[in-house]
Amino acid sequence: MTVETQTQGQSETAAPVAPAIELIGVSKSFGPVQANKDIDMIVAKGAIHGIVGENGAGKSTLMSILYGFYKADAGEIKIDGVTTEITDSHAAIAAGIGMVHQHFMLVQPFTVLENVIMGAEDGPLLRPSLAKARKVLAELAAEYELDVDPDAIVGDLSVGFQQRVEILKALYREADILILDEPTGVLTPAEADHLFRILENLKEQGKTIVLITHKLREIMAVTDTVSVMRRGEMTATVKTAETSASELADLMVGRHVVLEVDKSDAEPGEVILEVKNLCVTDFQGVKKLKDVSLKLRAGEILGVAGVAGNGQSDLLNILGGIDAAESGEVILKGESIDLTHKASAAMRRERGIGHVPEDRHALGLVMPFQTWENAVFGYHNNPEFSGKYGLANQKAMMEDTKRKIEKYDIRPTNPHLQASNYSGGNQQKIVIAREIVNNPDVLLVGQPTRGVDIGAIEFIHKQIVALRDEGKAVLLVSVELEEILALSDRIIVMFDGVIQGERMPKETNEQELGMLMAGIDPEASA
Amino acid sequence: MNKGLPKWADIILIPLLSLMLAFLVSGLVVMFIGKDPIEAVKVMVSGALGKFGIGYTLYYTTNFIFTGLAVAVAFHARMFNIGGEGQAGIGGVGVAVVLLSVDWPHWTIAIVAASVGAMVFGAAWAAIPAYLQAKRGSHIVITTIMFNWIGSALIVYLLVGPMQAPGMVPETMGFSAGSSIPTLNDMFPAFDKHAPANVTLFLALFAAVGVWVLIWKTRLGYEIRAFGHSEKAAVYAGISPLKIIMVAMLVSGALAGMMAVNTVQGEAERLILDTVQGAGFVGIAVALMGRSHPVGVVLAAFLFGILYQGGGELSFEMGIPREMIVVIQALVIMFVGSLENMVRIPVERLFVRFSKGAA
Repeated sequence: MTVETQTQGQSETAAPVAPAIELIGVSKSFGPVQANKDIDMIVAKGAIHGIVGENGAGKSTLMSILYGFYKADAGEIKIDGVTTEITDSHAAIAAGIGMVHQHFMLVQPFTVLENVIMGAEDGPLLRPSLAKARKVLAELAAEYELDVDPDAIVGDLSVGFQQRVEILKALYREADILILDEPTGVLTPAEADHLFRILENLKEQGKTIVLITHKLREIMAVTDTVSVMRRGEMTATVKTAETSASELADLMVGRHVVLEVDKSDAEPGEVILEVKNLCVTDFQGVKKLKDVSLKLRAGEILGVAGVAGNGQSDLLNILGGIDAAESGEVILKGESIDLTHKASAAMRRERGIGHVPEDRHALGLVMPFQTWENAVFGYHNNPEFSGKYGLANQKAMMEDTKRKIEKYDIRPTNPHLQASNYSGGNQQKIVIAREIVNNPDVLLVGQPTRGVDIGAIEFIHKQIVALRDEGKAVLLVSVELEEILALSDRIIVMFDGVIQGERMPKETNEQELGMLMAGIDPEASA
Repeated sequence: MNKGLPKWADIILIPLLSLMLAFLVSGLVVMFIGKDPIEAVKVMVSGALGKFGIGYTLYYTTNFIFTGLAVAVAFHARMFNIGGEGQAGIGGVGVAVVLLSVDWPHWTIAIVAASVGAMVFGAAWAAIPAYLQAKRGSHIVITTIMFNWIGSALIVYLLVGPMQAPGMVPETMGFSAGSSIPTLNDMFPAFDKHAPANVTLFLALFAAVGVWVLIWKTRLGYEIRAFGHSEKAAVYAGISPLKIIMVAMLVSGALAGMMAVNTVQGEAERLILDTVQGAGFVGIAVALMGRSHPVGVVLAAFLFGILYQGGGELSFEMGIPREMIVVIQALVIMFVGSLENMVRIPVERLFVRFSKGAA
């Protein structure tokens, strides 16, 4: 590795500079679950160090230990060669560690300045702190391409800018080590590229960066070194230049995985679902869908790309019977469906619309419910599950659940396990199994592989393609462009409640879709 | 919750430990006022479980089972029904209306009719706050508390107005002899003759079984639990929030109302003022302690029955002021209800260590 730590003018491998972070034998368990097992890790000073691993591999736990949210059961943490006891986030900040969380820790109605000084005020009066912060922010902006209007209300900023505020917060607290947890999950490709430029700048100024992600492409693009975690253990640390995405994927899963989706060409049939001029306004008066029209054919997967929050969720929720539409029409198999408040998700299921929701924790599953209860959720009034006198036919539910567990390889196989005790992938398999087994004509799928490990992604993609091959229609909403490109037979891009464009997957690429996602029509501007 | 704790530890061990802590602190308080805590325990236990006392203990237990179940059912739909007090009071009006309007030939018919009256009136009193919650988002805690006051004012009005018996006393006429239900003494001579516990106890136990079936065996109960855990998920599954809020609160109100069969029909045999005497609020503690499970509710109701009856004996026998009893009850509620994690977390740690040692 040839990491240039320019500020020191030394090379990591040549001279014995103490590493920025050294973890020795760090372990942490939650009850019987061992989240981190005897982790050793060295992050060189002035490097961008990636940590990859499937969901539940223990990445976030490890970083939470480093940031003082959790206390390790055993092990030692050295910062710049000095053993450091990190009891809470104050201690972490004092040790020069800053963290940019996956879910931003910002006060939405406050200005950028107010957010930046929060918790780091110099005295009881705000004015001097704000003035100081304004000066520091101007310097940081110049130094690292981190321009943000200090007086803007954070809630009005796009997610990309909010993330910059988080980075500024850490730098304002004089962080030398910056931990970023899944930083690109909410960004457009262009925003992500900008973030990586910022990270490169930070690195050039001698900062150390730890990047946690499950996106191998990003790891390959920006990191110097990468550590792979699997099931709570650090399984490998390699130089990025000497590895490949597919090797990392295999290391993460522990076996060989196929990253490409293997599917034949679609044979679209007749139009099964037609959406005409759909409009909806949310309770704050923001128009979320503006005259959205689309056609979905039998035997095709229609991918809906877009940055989260551009109307895809609203589209899914209206079609799924959760929300009412303001105006417009939806025709399913020649008959229009009820879009008013009187409609319910149960009616949609009766009409043959299945729904794998974007947020399986909040919607798709009842987390304290056992598998057999979740496996029939929404279909519990089906005749096969109905006993006499309003009783539930629990025996039938149980048998049905056992079949789903078997067929969809849900692990552990215990039908009495609470949903919260499954990994993300297996939770999603429960939802997918439930919706597919009920044989829908149209399946609405939102973020099918969000927070799902690579092994399960492969499986879930296969199931979606198999459903299409049976001649069913699939409406796939995903913020992962790779997933949209790999699965879809046709792609539409949503931006600000409007369908910004339609492309065929073979005739487009991430760049073009990324521009459409940002509201720019490359054909119109060309 | 449920981090590898066996079910028995969750349901029995933790409440028991909390209870012991509560009694320990109570003992200290008794010591501070210069009385002998060991003696106090003896008086309390013999006072509550002796031949004379048990008839009272079971009478209170019956009340607490009904109000505890009422709170528990609403809890499953994540509704905090604080209106048990008012619903039980208005349930009493239902009992009185039914029993005064017909000269019932036999108690078996009378108790069924009175139960229907109690349930309908209790449910009706819960229906308005429930509807306001479901349709307008008015918080059920606020509205049910308000309805407690409205209910108690309404009863006062009825007992000094339309329903008042001739004379100056704020009460209705006595119910006819045909509606008098058997006491436990009538059925089992082992019970003391004056003890008010009556056949309603069996209705309460039956109701506990009914609630168990409703919550865990029916599709409606499944929907109630789903809604209680996550309203968003319930809507995704096509479950109507309006329906669940209404049904859960109606069942809850009906159960609270049923308490009046015990007090109004069984004990007073006419409608008088203040028949509920705080049992509606005790129901909240009972449901908390019983973890909203019918078995737990029955056990907790019995415990609170002992505390009520034994507490009365304590002031009578040892001159410990009645307020002291309220302190002890409050300690029990505090340790079992709100300080549960104080016991739970160390117990969980112990179990984890133990299971690791075994593995």
